[in-house]
Amino acid sequence: MDELVQAFTLMFTPGSELSQIILLTLQMAAFSTVISTAIGVPLGVLVGLYRFPGKRLVMRILNTLMGLPPVLAGLVVFFILSRSGPLGTLRLLYTLPAMVTAQVVLITPIVCGLSATAISGVAPLVHETAHGMGLSRRRELACLLYECRSQLLSIVFVAFGRSIGEVGAVMLVGGNVQYKTRVMTTAIMLETNMGHFEYAVALGIALLVVSFVINSIALSLQERTSAPEAEGARSHTRGGRLGGERR
Amino acid sequence: MKTNTKFKALLAAVFAAMFALFMVACSNGSGSASSASASASSESASSESASASSAAAIENPVIRISTTTSVNDSGLLPYLQPYFEEATGYQWEITSAGTGAAIKKGETGDADALLVHAKASEEEFIESGYGVERIPFMYNFFVIVGPADDPAGIKDCATAAEAFAKIAESGQVFVSRGDDSGTNKKELQIWEAAGITPEGQDWYVNAGAGMGATLTQAAERQGYTLSDKGTFLANDANKTLTILLGESDDMKNTYSMIAISPDKWPDTNIDGANAFIEWMLGDEASELIANYGVAEYGEPLFYLLDASSSASAASASASASSASSAS
Repeated sequence: MDELVQAFTLMFTPGSELSQIILLTLQMAAFSTVISTAIGVPLGVLVGLYRFPGKRLVMRILNTLMGLPPVLAGLVVFFILSRSGPLGTLRLLYTLPAMVTAQVVLITPIVCGLSATAISGVAPLVHETAHGMGLSRRRELACLLYECRSQLLSIVFVAFGRSIGEVGAVMLVGGNVQYKTRVMTTAIMLETNMGHFEYAVALGIALLVVSFVINSIALSLQERTSAPEAEGARSHTRGGRLGGERR
Repeated sequence: MKTNTKFKALLAAVFAAMFALFMVACSNGSGSASSASASASSESASSESASASSAAAIENPVIRISTTTSVNDSGLLPYLQPYFEEATGYQWEITSAGTGAAIKKGETGDADALLVHAKASEEEFIESGYGVERIPFMYNFFVIVGPADDPAGIKDCATAAEAFAKIAESGQVFVSRGDDSGTNKKELQIWEAAGITPEGQDWYVNAGAGMGATLTQAAERQGYTLSDKGTFLANDANKTLTILLGESDDMKNTYSMIAISPDKWPDTNIDGANAFIEWMLGDEASELIANYGVAEYGEPLFYLLDASSSASAASASASASSASSAS
């Protein structure tokens, strides 16, 4: 209990090492989430929307990569950024960009696979309706994305959660360097290795609280923007709502 | 409706498959364990009956040994394990962590014996009543490793403190374990002896990692670090880093064994811990340890305290007696 109080006091002490670690963690998670969403969602829409030869294979590969072990992703990025690797001259190893890169490699397939599944579930219905109303392709795509917005938002949450809680890859390519690349999860690992078990648990709880606060803020923002529409109604009156939205 | 029943059937099939997998995993686990012990006992062809009878007499054949990453990464314990298990009928369950965590496992009752190398923490551990006795039994040397061209020019230094002072002066990268391990504590002692506060300096990289990861990072950054010799020789970092300073007097690294006191944790395997310590001090283990690494590296990775120079032997017996008097 003392450790928990200590962790929370340190968390809100500006300039303390723990507050610096939390800021860095949030920075890393934000970059990773934005970049992997920016790559993953458009790719997922393409895969989910269009038929092309080898689509089943692509889906299988995506599903496999969704279970990519973080250390493996870290190891691949490590080899690329290592002194002896192809991008070794950039000296990016053990920096924040290296950690973000490893996480993007890890998370993009997840974002891509999940959004492909979400899109392909709704696409036929939207297409039918849009076709009947004579909408342009661009309008149809906009409708589709609008229909999937809550799924897409939860995919972003998944990406963020994965990023903030990941340890294997960031440990490998970040190196857990104090003040530079030490994030919450690697700090927890370090405290555990140092035998400070209670403090490590306190840090873990602090991490969860931070995630909770961020998720709550994002969710309440989402609720505010889509307040008029009841969540439960969407599965029943999909076509009708789509028409209503146009007006 | 039809799809619903289909889905239910699929769900049931998935659950059944998971259950089957779980059962197979469980039976496999116990099966492999028993087959492992069977192969261990069959390996000891000559002493099969002996080990079988001693196994029958042993109440709890599993000894949980908590050791440091440097011992484990050097491969010493896995190398000794079959000999030990054949001789005594006990089994080792080795976990490794930094010395801080390794000792903590003794405090939380998650180990039966410790094999660690941080004198001050060990003595504190004994004083708080968690350990029976601190038994130093072997040593090796820490080494300072760095890039072969040695930009800080530490090659000809007489002591580690002098070398550290030169590294600080040159501003070359130094990678620290930063994990409260025995090696980390030693490093901080050397900085103190050199009269330097490295914390917060630009060139001082606090890696917060085990020895292997720290060496990798030092190799990637082409910086200096303090390592135990065994781990360095066994690590790929030795391709781009070399030993620049070793075997100076202030770099000695003594390993001790501690049995966890049954007074604090009645369910610890004190008989097993004592058997472990007794065997490690015996002739068979001494010979094995003295020869370990000779074939591969041309020199032993660990030296026994008794077989070494009279000075270290004296200090060993002195610390052994002080430890026993403390307990």
